[in-house]
Amino acid sequence: MRRVKVRLLCFAVLRDITGRAETELELADGTRARDVWQSLRAQHGQLAAYELPPMTAINESYASPDQLLRDGDELAFIPPVAGG
Amino acid sequence: MTHLTDSPIDARALVAQVMRRSDGAYVLFEGVIRNHHDGRAVESIFYDAYRPMAEKEIARIIDDVAREFPHAAIAVVHRLGLLHVGDSSIAIVCSSPHRGESFGACRALIDRIKQTVPIWKKEKGPDGEEWVGWQK
Repeated sequence: MRRVKVRLLCFAVLRDITGRAETELELADGTRARDVWQSLRAQHGQLAAYELPPMTAINESYASPDQLLRDGDELAFIPPVAGG
Repeated sequence: MTHLTDSPIDARALVAQVMRRSDGAYVLFEGVIRNHHDGRAVESIFYDAYRPMAEKEIARIIDDVAREFPHAAIAVVHRLGLLHVGDSSIAIVCSSPHRGESFGACRALIDRIKQTVPIWKKEKGPDGEEWVGWQK
């Protein structure tokens, strides 16, 4: 099966929880952003309460967690924002 | 134009940059680190951002607001990194020939920036630190 390479970025609380700012992922073709979130949840108990990612960004724009990931995509899950 | 900085914000310079000779008013908004949040003492706040996306998102919001207030000139700078009580985290300047558009544009900008720009803050006080908005 074809694989796609995706760069996962973690910021703020997610970087603290995962311990990594950036991870290279090799995923099965057909993987959706929400599938990546589920695997993060499976690895990190502190994410258990979040069945869905708070918000999802693909290639620096907000996107649906149902979006299919393509080779070369940059994926970030966006915790609740608090700018200003 | 860059909307993010790691240095203290010079609000007067921002006003000078925005003002045109046709403007009769400007509104300057600064968000300032306060010493409390939800009943807890706050000593400092660390601001983190998804920088390229935050730049784009602020630019998008400015474009939207500029369309709604076509006579307003706008500048926005958000500071990142470690800030202490009394420091300004954000400055917004809106100028216009008459005051109404400056007030309206400035209010719309800060409200929308708070909603969607990927910037986060970790508050630190005597009782520890936590990322604002994250439900454990």
